[in-house]
Amino acid sequence: MEVTVSGGLTRGRPCAGRDTIDHVSTSVPETPRLTRSRSDRLVAGVAGGIAAHVRLSPTLVRIIFLLLLPLNGLGALLYAVFWAVLPAGEDGGRRRPSIRLVPFVLAGLALMAVSILINRDGGIGMTVGWLVALVAVGAGIIWHQADPDRRQRWTDASPNAPWLAALSDGDRRMYVLRFIGGGVLVAVGMIGVIVIYSPKTIGAISWGDLWIAVAFALVALAGVGLVAAPLLWRMLTALRAEREGRIREQERAELAAMVHDQVLHTLALIQRNAADQAAVTRLARGQERSLRTWLYQPTGSPTEHFAAALQAAAAEVEDTYGIVVEAVVVGDRKVDERVAAMVAAAREALVNAARHAQVKSVSLYAEAEPTMLSVFVRDRGTGFDPTAVEERRHGVRGSIIGRMARHGGQAEIRSTVGEGTEVRLSLSVTSLKEE
Amino acid sequence: MSEQRLRVFLVDDHGMFRAGVRAELGAHVDVVGEAATVAQAVSMIGSTVPDVVLLDVHMPDGGGRAVLEAVRRTQPQVRFLALSVSDAAEDVIGLIRAGARGYVTKTISPDDLVDAIRRVADGDAVFSPRLAGFVLDAFAARPDAPVADPELDQLTNREREVLRLLARGYAYKEIAKELFISIKTVETHVSNVLRKLQMSNRYELSRWAADRRLV
Repeated sequence: MEVTVSGGLTRGRPCAGRDTIDHVSTSVPETPRLTRSRSDRLVAGVAGGIAAHVRLSPTLVRIIFLLLLPLNGLGALLYAVFWAVLPAGEDGGRRRPSIRLVPFVLAGLALMAVSILINRDGGIGMTVGWLVALVAVGAGIIWHQADPDRRQRWTDASPNAPWLAALSDGDRRMYVLRFIGGGVLVAVGMIGVIVIYSPKTIGAISWGDLWIAVAFALVALAGVGLVAAPLLWRMLTALRAEREGRIREQERAELAAMVHDQVLHTLALIQRNAADQAAVTRLARGQERSLRTWLYQPTGSPTEHFAAALQAAAAEVEDTYGIVVEAVVVGDRKVDERVAAMVAAAREALVNAARHAQVKSVSLYAEAEPTMLSVFVRDRGTGFDPTAVEERRHGVRGSIIGRMARHGGQAEIRSTVGEGTEVRLSLSVTSLKEE
Repeated sequence: MSEQRLRVFLVDDHGMFRAGVRAELGAHVDVVGEAATVAQAVSMIGSTVPDVVLLDVHMPDGGGRAVLEAVRRTQPQVRFLALSVSDAAEDVIGLIRAGARGYVTKTISPDDLVDAIRRVADGDAVFSPRLAGFVLDAFAARPDAPVADPELDQLTNREREVLRLLARGYAYKEIAKELFISIKTVETHVSNVLRKLQMSNRYELSRWAADRRLV
């Protein structure tokens, strides 16, 4: 059975392809949502959008707007307000942030114009108009930031952490800037209005009055903040909980996959081979090893790390020959050609022990010191007389002794009949230390 | 085997495993009691006074370490042998540092387990090759590492040699033969290693653990 383990938990990547709710397609086809039309537009698509929504001719809607224009600029004001408030339609392309401010400015200007028309004499009325326009623009900007579609876009961009996406997104800076800008505009406007409507004339306004006005404005803003804070907090915690839940879910899924791919299959194989003691042991041992690796061991690629390479070789021999290899590796280092040769020699020693020693278990001990690698493979099996058999044992001569010699290492084989065998490999690695 | 039978206590949260161990050991030692939880274990060990406690490492309510620490305060003479399915370095080193006299994994053969219990009861330490490997790793020569008390924290060359042979799968008897020393001396070296491991400075071990991303 071949078992591959990707050791260690790989934290889940966000599923970029997660389905998002498609708002557009769920809307009933007869009455399109009230949006600014992107296709049918002269200025910003407001008239086109409204026309589509109320099923009238766009031209008629435009005429209505024009007719309203002379009434103290009501047409323009309405148009600007719709522009600001209505979301862009289906293929609503992204516009540059500065252009998105245009409707607010227009709304402000329109309000100002209205106030001028109402108070032709200027003076306080005119100033109030300006200030109201300020408040309108600021509020509009803040309102625009609260646009749920925008949040949805962030959520789409990065389902795990929309707030993070919003932060990293270039959009986010604009968001904060405009939010603050809007807040300042609103505050200034309110302060102005309060000051002007204080019982004194403009010339007599003292700093004290101004401070009182500032205080009022701040209290008002704080009130808004108080109202909004719990909502924001709830949203943040909900998002965090959702994110943690998803991570947990992913870990659970990974564990389930592991159990499914390996444990269940092994158990099924064991059931089928219940009569074959050796097979059951081999399967159980292999499964134990792979689970153990998955649970406890740090990741390491067998092609890069000495320890991992040895463990992999030991595992392979275990699986092939149905023996237990007690592998102990102290220290680690990167694998290069010579180290790989040493691992191969160690593997050959394990294979020899598994094949000839007639034992159930073999010890493999390896130590990686700064200047020296040592590997010991020991069994307590039948043993042999090295002087008597070495000539015809090409496995030992070629694969172990010869291989080590070719790569500048040593191999020593100690064996006593009846007491087992130990293969000692050593490789000096001083010159390779920096590689 | 005419000598007094050893009194052994089992702590493990899996009833099946306790039953299995009890069946395997019954012929050689007296299993005087068993417990499935930390609280139960602490109170029952107090009343039964066993020679050796076989201790599971991972249990739902605190694990073997909690039992060890609680019992050692009142009964320092009770010896502990950890018997765990985990041979993760942090479990092994952690339990040894808490005062266990040995650590074996649940795949051990019954004969080896009985032998390990005997050795622990005699005041000896039981090192599996794997455990020896961990200790060597933990005490790996680091000339640049500042050490608070070199006498206490460093392994002598002889101790290192003994550990290496242990890690290579040698029995005490074979180590004695290989190094031309008596078995008693081997046992002394191993016990010293264990003592040093329990007392070794926190800095070194935490650094070792951090190197391996264990913490």
